[in-house]
Amino acid sequence: MSNPTEDRRQWPLYEVFVRARGGLDHKHVGSLHAADARMAIDHARDLYTRRQEGVSIWVVPSKDITASDPAENDSLFEPARDKIYRHPTFYEIPDEVKTL
Amino acid sequence: MNAASPVVRGQELNADAQALFRYVLRLGDLSLVLGQRLGEWVGHSPALEEDLGLANVALDLIGQARLLLTYAGEVEGRGRGEDEIAFLREHGEYLNAILAEQPNGDFGQTIVRQVLIDAFQLEVYERMTTSSDERLAAIAAKSVKEVLYHLRYSGGWLVRLGDGTDESHARVQSALDNLWPYTVELFAEDELDRTMADRGVAPRLSDVQAAWLRRIDEILAEATLRRPKDRPHSWHGKRGQHSEHLGYILAEMQHLQRTYPGARW
Repeated sequence: MSNPTEDRRQWPLYEVFVRARGGLDHKHVGSLHAADARMAIDHARDLYTRRQEGVSIWVVPSKDITASDPAENDSLFEPARDKIYRHPTFYEIPDEVKTL
Repeated sequence: MNAASPVVRGQELNADAQALFRYVLRLGDLSLVLGQRLGEWVGHSPALEEDLGLANVALDLIGQARLLLTYAGEVEGRGRGEDEIAFLREHGEYLNAILAEQPNGDFGQTIVRQVLIDAFQLEVYERMTTSSDERLAAIAAKSVKEVLYHLRYSGGWLVRLGDGTDESHARVQSALDNLWPYTVELFAEDELDRTMADRGVAPRLSDVQAAWLRRIDEILAEATLRRPKDRPHSWHGKRGQHSEHLGYILAEMQHLQRTYPGARW
């Protein structure tokens, strides 16, 4: 996929995800430019793990990420606001219940 | 740096210590000079990300040089520390192979020089982890992980440039043709190299060369580059005979310590 208006001299953008240590999720830490995925890993290693911040790196081309539209925020997120019964703290657990 | 400790010249080291001292300088100076060269890219790289990439490699190399030159000072036993050895030696006392001091040129030339030396250091350090000299074995064990990444970085770029556009291919091929003759010195075994190998301190350079060549050929094949023919050489950086380039490197690297002796921050 190439966008004809894209500046060909600029490397594509990658989003970087780093796992801080085993057992934790990869977290989004930022983005960077790279010519290919391997270079993106190298750059991510040099930019985002130089102070021992991680044990694993994922990179994803930014163009492959589909984002929700801020203009749709009302319809997407508002309806959840009054549904407090979806939180576990909404329920009181009877004392008789020993294990749940 | 301890400016008060006088450098006692003329005092004879025993032959074993003298040989080890010179050998450790060869290793340390290779890292020091190459690290200083790479540092010249900071602020001038083709992309911000490469600025950091090259600086990271440079810092690893300076770190190796610190360990090695500190050890050299201890072997020498005249009270010289890493700073004194790095900043107060003369041109002819540096024992790096002169490939390391060759100019950066364009980014492609820097990458070619880097691949050639990274692969050399990797083969040396891998074997040196079992050195009879425990200190060198420990330094090699730490450094080999760093160098493995350096080669991943430089090798990745060489493949990208060699197998890239006509322009990038032509540039790195030309850099390879220019720099190749200097690689001969890396493997030119002299009496010091032989002594170190006989004592189990250092790997045999002929073993290093064979493994290095296999590694380089693999990368060159992937990068669609042609390996230049070996030519006879007359470089003796390992004995302290350098190209004019080292003088400029030392002027920049040493001027602070020479202008303000003992300066720290």
